[in-house]
Amino acid sequence: MAKVAIRFLLNGSEKAEFVESGTTLLDVLREKLADFSPKGGCLQGTCGACSVLVDGEIRLACLTLAETCEGCTIETAGGLAKDGVLHPLQIAFADGFATQCGFCTGGMIVASKALLDRNPAPSREDVIEAISGNVCRCTGYEPIIGAVLAAARANSTNKA
Amino acid sequence: MELRKTYFADERRDDLKEIGQSRPRSDAFGHVTARTAFFADRTFPGTLHLKMVRSPHHHARIRAIDTSEAERHPGVVRVLTAKDVPHNLYTVLSLIQVGPEDEHVLAEEKVRWKGEAVVAVLAETPRAAFEGVAKVRIDYEPLPAVLDMEAALAPGAPLVNERHGGNYYHYDSGSSRKVRLGDVEDGFRQADHILEQTYASAPIEHAPTETTGCIVVPEGNERFTCYTNTQAMFFTLDNASIILQMPGHKLHMVGGTVGGGFGGKVDVIVEPIAILGSKLTGRPVSFIYGREEEMQISSPRAAERIVLKDGVTRDGRIVARQVHCYVDAGAYSRHSPYGTQKGAAHFPGPYTIPNVSIDSFCVYTNRTPSSAMRGFGVTIGDFALEVQMDKLARLIGMDPIEFRLINAYRDGDLKAHRQPTEGAALIECMQEASRVTNWPIADRFFELSSRTRRD
Amino acid sequence: MSVTLETFTDIAAAAAALAAPGAAYLGGGSLLVRRANEGDVALTHYVRLADPALRAIEVCPGRVRIGAGVTMGEILRHPGLDFLGTAARLIGGPAIRNAATVGGNLYARAPYGDFAVALLALDAVVHLGGRSGERDVPVEDFLAKRGTAFAKAIVTAVSFAVPANGTFRFIKASRVRPKGLSVVTIAAVLDTRGGLISFARIALGCLADRPMRARAAETALIGRAQTPEGIAPALALALEGTTPITDAVASGWYRGAVLPVHLGRLLLADA
Repeated sequence: MAKVAIRFLLNGSEKAEFVESGTTLLDVLREKLADFSPKGGCLQGTCGACSVLVDGEIRLACLTLAETCEGCTIETAGGLAKDGVLHPLQIAFADGFATQCGFCTGGMIVASKALLDRNPAPSREDVIEAISGNVCRCTGYEPIIGAVLAAARANSTNKA
Repeated sequence: MELRKTYFADERRDDLKEIGQSRPRSDAFGHVTARTAFFADRTFPGTLHLKMVRSPHHHARIRAIDTSEAERHPGVVRVLTAKDVPHNLYTVLSLIQVGPEDEHVLAEEKVRWKGEAVVAVLAETPRAAFEGVAKVRIDYEPLPAVLDMEAALAPGAPLVNERHGGNYYHYDSGSSRKVRLGDVEDGFRQADHILEQTYASAPIEHAPTETTGCIVVPEGNERFTCYTNTQAMFFTLDNASIILQMPGHKLHMVGGTVGGGFGGKVDVIVEPIAILGSKLTGRPVSFIYGREEEMQISSPRAAERIVLKDGVTRDGRIVARQVHCYVDAGAYSRHSPYGTQKGAAHFPGPYTIPNVSIDSFCVYTNRTPSSAMRGFGVTIGDFALEVQMDKLARLIGMDPIEFRLINAYRDGDLKAHRQPTEGAALIECMQEASRVTNWPIADRFFELSSRTRRD
Repeated sequence: MSVTLETFTDIAAAAAALAAPGAAYLGGGSLLVRRANEGDVALTHYVRLADPALRAIEVCPGRVRIGAGVTMGEILRHPGLDFLGTAARLIGGPAIRNAATVGGNLYARAPYGDFAVALLALDAVVHLGGRSGERDVPVEDFLAKRGTAFAKAIVTAVSFAVPANGTFRFIKASRVRPKGLSVVTIAAVLDTRGGLISFARIALGCLADRPMRARAAETALIGRAQTPEGIAPALALALEGTTPITDAVASGWYRGAVLPVHLGRLLLADA
């Protein structure tokens, strides 16, 4: 078995690991680094529960080989709250009842963050497009869309 | 949200502190920070991964199983077959006297549906387990399969499950669960119109985002902790105890948050074999369905076929309703005999009909076993009943809401299964629905009350 | 044994590694890593070429060349490729688009491979590299042999003539909005002169095991008005030569039944 060394920044802290070549980023995050916030819902790129940001771009950790993330900056849902302070998206999801079973929530918030980072004032259609790769099988899409729009509004209010 | 207090005003207190108030969800903080622990959100050193060898046939005799090559494969630690399972015959609901035991944990002699578990491979990595699965050789003799309920009930059909002696569940009332009220033939004679229609549905998969699975850890002293996403903790504990012939205190089931269940995680499929694997290897074992297994292997809502025959008078009274409901259990019972019975109790719907005859059949076919899902046994029946109500209203030229209001059950009405109706509120729901949607119903229908006895 | 990744900077070396049994070329991973995750034990090696040229987009007057490693997301964001935006936007969600590549899409089996449908309508050329030097193959020939002669080829780029303004059309019918697996995908280049259709190239997805041209319909459009009556003969011929796939999304019968409806909408979109 070929072990390879990989280094990347995970939620602001430097990580270095030896992993089997061909290991997915999802397995490295969960099994090596105990960041369980990305979930393995399908391992085929259809559910979005493993969504993470790699250098600011949304990626599916289940289809991304860890070796291809050498030197990258990785953000996960688990690292979004800073020093116990929730991200506006997290507050909006909680306040807006945008969670049901919770399994898709991390991926939904990551996908929404990818949107708001580029487009701080999205339309409803922009939000729908941004979460179109994320499945909420509890089918709570309306509160999720509402929460993302609310977070965007809260952000703009705070900055004003 | 609006609470309309004009209905049942005398039954409502105005000093309620929770009803009508918005309260934060107790689990919201964990969910939005992605800290909520699901069963798979933990690792244990030395965990083995279990992958299943499954039947490629709908129905076949197992002539021989050769696991020797798989056992020698690098990374494979243990291979399990039927003979390794202490009590390899179970049915989840035997705990509540819905027998007989009719399903194997790992198939022996026969497979009865495409996807049935035959051999379990435990390996150091998921990849090694997949490779081990590919090395198991099974010699099958394909048998005629029956994939349709009508064909399964026809004379001379292949026998799906020998434990039942026929392709239907034997209730104490015979080949179907029966409900009888009045005289349905007499009711049809009183009717101005008779409408007989057949409704059918296909199986429906729950497709939870988190797939079915468990992780088992040996704790020493022959005791095991099983982290599981079961929706039925005590069914799981008790059935695992029976299958493994281990006292319950040796099995520590840890549940918690389920990543979507919808009834699809009540069948006790992954836990017993994973605990057995942990017991026989002394190592933690992870058995988690892949997406394809979740879609193809986990039990769906049953396919149903429902034949409704109704007698209705010109002035809108349903005087007779006859129901023949067929529920496709697939190859094994799981929760279907119970769901079928539930359906029988649910017919003829929330309507007061003097003459009713119901026969609900739980049918075995060589399809994926079906089981619980959100109102199983009832949901498809309600679809059929309400489409039928629309058709009946159209047949006699009556507004569909008014037609339902005429027939809606009221407090004190005797239901077909002899229980008096309590707290019906159906009339008031339809009145309010008509009001808010501006659906035009005659004023006299707003005078009705579910608390007033029928003339 | 796990599936190991080998990264090369030299295309000949990559091609040599790819020739080994069990090796497969890794583009964005949306198809290949899925195969590994799902337990395809025939897959033993990922082979990858780390060459910046594979990530390049060149828009010259009249012609576009897109590196095989360019992602759908990069196409969507490229100012010179506006006309391809509809096609790229309808592939996966944002995360898939940040992974899925042009080269990988050429190998995607139906119901995937919508971008290849667009390339077929654009009459693209597929540029291959490898031990025996560079080679250009018309996309239709490439698709016909992608599982055989070109199964282990290394696609370096695709190129095509830029269609005249407003002549490229794309539609993907799916059951879920805004994105879902394809029921049918149709791409077309359609030009008119003097109110009559003067040029038509139509490519269909999910109507066979690979994207295919609707040649009978193309021929039937020439010289016809862009009206419901004018295109009716072409719609009647739309299914000629098709063998629609059956999968969990739709039956072959259904795909065949709705094809003329969607083709009609596509052809009349601006009429």
